[in-house]
Amino acid sequence: MAYKDQKLSEEKVFKDPVHRYVHVRDRVIWDLIAAPEFQRLRRIKQLGTTNLTFHGAEHSRFNHSLGVYEIVRRIISNFENRPHWNNEERLLCLCAALLHDLGHGPFSHSFEKVFKLDHEYFTQQIIIGDTKINNILEKVSPGFSQKVADVIAKTYKDKLVVSLISSQIDADRMDYLQRDAYYTGVSYGHFDMERILRVMRPMEDQVVIKSTGMHAVEDYIMSRYQMYWQVYFHPVTRSAEVILSKILHRAKELYESDDFIFKLKPTHFISFFEGKVKLEEYLKLDESIVHYYFQLWQEEQDDILRDLCERFMNRRLFKYVEFNPNLQMKQWMELYQLFQDAGIHPEYYLVVDSSSDLPYDFYRPGEEEERLPIHLVMPDNSLKELSRHSDIVEAISGKKRTDHKLYFPKDRLDAVEDEQLKHRIIEILYGQGEVKDVR
Amino acid sequence: MLDNHAKLVQFFSVAESVTGRKKLQKMIYILQKCNIPFEEKYNFHFYGPYSEELTLRIEELCNLGFLNEVKEDKSNYYQYNYRITSDGKDFLQQFGLDMPDYQIKVDKLKSRSSRFLELVATMFYFDDLPMEETIEKVRTVKAKQKYSDEEIQDAIQFINELKDPVTQ
Repeated sequence: MAYKDQKLSEEKVFKDPVHRYVHVRDRVIWDLIAAPEFQRLRRIKQLGTTNLTFHGAEHSRFNHSLGVYEIVRRIISNFENRPHWNNEERLLCLCAALLHDLGHGPFSHSFEKVFKLDHEYFTQQIIIGDTKINNILEKVSPGFSQKVADVIAKTYKDKLVVSLISSQIDADRMDYLQRDAYYTGVSYGHFDMERILRVMRPMEDQVVIKSTGMHAVEDYIMSRYQMYWQVYFHPVTRSAEVILSKILHRAKELYESDDFIFKLKPTHFISFFEGKVKLEEYLKLDESIVHYYFQLWQEEQDDILRDLCERFMNRRLFKYVEFNPNLQMKQWMELYQLFQDAGIHPEYYLVVDSSSDLPYDFYRPGEEEERLPIHLVMPDNSLKELSRHSDIVEAISGKKRTDHKLYFPKDRLDAVEDEQLKHRIIEILYGQGEVKDVR
Repeated sequence: MLDNHAKLVQFFSVAESVTGRKKLQKMIYILQKCNIPFEEKYNFHFYGPYSEELTLRIEELCNLGFLNEVKEDKSNYYQYNYRITSDGKDFLQQFGLDMPDYQIKVDKLKSRSSRFLELVATMFYFDDLPMEETIEKVRTVKAKQKYSDEEIQDAIQFINELKDPVTQ
C-alpha cells in the first residue's frame, strides 16, 4: 500500500484537556509527530511570558499543534461528500494543520522583533529543507512538502484548503482560544465549537457558516474579543516581554562591542547576534537554552544585562502608566533626559509598548477586499458578511481597541538620591496617570 | 519610541490622503519592497500581502487623533479615506524623523487602482522567483482576478520604473 494511504493497525489517541482526545490513524501523521523537529515544539511555550501572569499557562506549541490537527480532522470528516470538497486534499490539510507552527522559536515574538526574524520563514525551511519532516512528506509523493508549505504560506491554489488553516474563523484560532482559556484558567474564551463545526460549509474558495449558526459564531467573536483584553494584552505579560526584548538587545550590543567578553561564550546566540541564522542553529535554540543563558547572565560584568536578567528570572518586572503620545510627546524628551541624568539608561528602562506591537488581532470585517471576512450563507444561498447581519459583532467591530503603556523600573526611581530630579520624573510619570504595580 | 507610528504619519504627510484600506496596505508593502524603511510585518492573505500590524497601527493613529478616517458606505462594503491631521503634523515636527525622499513613488502609486497595486504587490511578494515563475504563481494565487497579459506587462514595467533610480 502506498505510504500516503497507510493506516496504523489501530487508532492512536492523545488525551487532551481541550478536545478530550486527539485521534490519529494515518501513518504519515504518526511519523510527523515523532519527528525531532515536531518534538522540539514541546520545549516552546504557546504563550511565551504569559505564565508570569497566569501561572497555569505552561502549555506548549506541541499541545496546540495537535489541537489544530484534531479540529481540522473533525471539519474534514463533516465535509466528506459535500459539494466543493475534494477529499483528495484530506492528507494535505491534516499535515498543514499539524505543521503550521513548526517554525516558532522560543519567545518568538520578542526574538522576531529584536533579530528581525520571521517564524513563518523557518516553518517553510523546516518543511522544504533537509529535515526529517521533509523526508516524511516527500515519501508521500515528490513535491508534497512544497504543497504543505504553500498551504501554510496561504499561496496554495485551492483557497478552501488554505481557509481551513488560516482565516478569520479557522482551526488555529479555535484551538488557541479554547486552549489558552483552559490553561490560564480564565472564564472567557469558551464557545460552542461543536456547533460551529456542524454549521461550517465548504464553498468554492472559502469555508462559510450556515446562517442559522450565527449565534455560535457571535460567541466565538466575543470570546476572541475578551481573550485579547484579558489575556493577550495583559499589561504584566507585556512588562515581561519588554524586559525580555531589552535583554536580547543588550546582549547583542555587548557582543558587538569590542571591549566586552562574556564569561561564557554565548554560542547558541552568535548567529542571532550576527544576523545569519541557519536552520540547524535555529532548531537548537529552545526555551531551556534561553533560560540557561539568562541564569548565567545574572552574574555578568555588565550592570544592565545582569539587572535585566535578574528581573526576568525573578519576576521583578517594570511598573507602567498609561501613555498618551498625543499629549505627552513634548514631555517625552524631557523624561528621556531626566532618566539619563538619574543614571538610568532610558534605552533599556523607559519603554513605550503599543497594542500594535502584540501578535494578536481582533475580528475586522474585510473592507473592499482588504481581507477575507466571515461569510454567512443565507437560505437563498447568497453570502452575507457577518457584521452586516449580527448586531453584536457590528457593535464590537467599531470599538476603540488600542492602547499605549509606558514601562519603567519604579524601584530604580525610588533609589534616586537627587530629590528634585526624582520629583520631576514622578511628576511627569504621574501626570500620565496612576503608577500601576504589576504584582 | 513610536518610530514606526511616526513613519506612517510621515507617509500621510507625503501622500496627503489615501482612499481605501486595501490600497493603503499595498502602497506601504510596495514602498517597503523599494527599500523605504517601513517595518510592518506582512504575510500573504486572500487578497495578497497584508499586514495586521499596519491595520492596528493605523487604528492607533486614528485614535490618537494623528490621522482622520472617513467611512463611506458602498452598499457591499465600506470604503475608508485617511488623511493627516494638524495634531499629526505637530507630532511629526516634534519627532524629527529622518526618511528618504519618496514623493515620486507615492505619486505613482496613488495614481493607480487598488486592483493594479494588488497585482504589483503580489509580484513583489514572489520576487525571489524567476520572472516566468513569478507570473505563473500570480496566475495561480490570483486566478479569480483574471489579470490580462497587458496588465501583467504593465505591472512589470511599473515595477522597473519604481526601482529605477533615474526615472523615479
